[in-house]
Amino acid sequence: MSYGKLGGKLSSRINLGELKMGIEVNGKEIKWVKDETVKELLKRVKYSFPLVVVKINDKVVPRSDFSKVTIPDNSKIAVVHMISGG
Amino acid sequence: MDKEKIKKKLKGSSVGIAGAGGLGSNAAVSLARAGIGRLVIVDYDKVEKSNLNRQYYFLNQVGKVKVKALKDNIKKINPSVKVDVYNEKLTKGSMDRHFKDVDVIIEALDSAEMKTAFVEEIMHKLPKIPVIAASGVAGYGHSERIVTKHLGNLYMVYDADAKSSDEDVLMAPRVCLMANWEANLALELILGN
Repeated sequence: MSYGKLGGKLSSRINLGELKMGIEVNGKEIKWVKDETVKELLKRVKYSFPLVVVKINDKVVPRSDFSKVTIPDNSKIAVVHMISGG
Repeated sequence: MDKEKIKKKLKGSSVGIAGAGGLGSNAAVSLARAGIGRLVIVDYDKVEKSNLNRQYYFLNQVGKVKVKALKDNIKKINPSVKVDVYNEKLTKGSMDRHFKDVDVIIEALDSAEMKTAFVEEIMHKLPKIPVIAASGVAGYGHSERIVTKHLGNLYMVYDADAKSSDEDVLMAPRVCLMANWEANLALELILGN
């Protein structure tokens, strides 16, 4: 499953050494890791909250797909978590 | 939209509210004052004295079923609002039960786990109905950190840097601010820009 224009297939054909590879998570730029799933990314950026929504390039990723969907290079990711209180 | 059109549109609209605590009771009262046609409110709790620091109840209502007390309070402010209340605990698998025919749903629950479960189930089962949720209501001050996050059909009143209510106080100013932020978003979704 590919989210966004620069899916895994395209970016793997580019000479990686020539390009600055990166993604943006909640406004912060971090390194792009090939074939990294949403689940793995969340672990890497240490989001351990009971998560509610992850959006990649404006598309919401269902929670059930977190371990299936991979992060495309150059993508913008929004992660929103729930904090107790009401 | 002119004033008469707004009034008419609101009168013909409905909002579902999951939870009648700090967020839900205050959002409901604001929407009633604004002239919403119908509210659907679900909660299973009773009013406790400790709720009065932020929730829209009175001392003489301590011990009463929250949704009934809230309906009484709303009726004293605006008797023309139709208020459907359910004194029930929201449970996984049937969270959407009373909210199938409303225009907008407000999440006004307490724990992060319940908030998450509710929002996910509603977004999955009622994908066409916008959901407004709040996250990060505990504490005081820092109003400027609160933002609206728009994610698909989910609108979140959000302070990413707030502490959990297990670690920080819940008090009227911030809770009511976010409750009214939710209510204000509901109006925006119903009326358009």
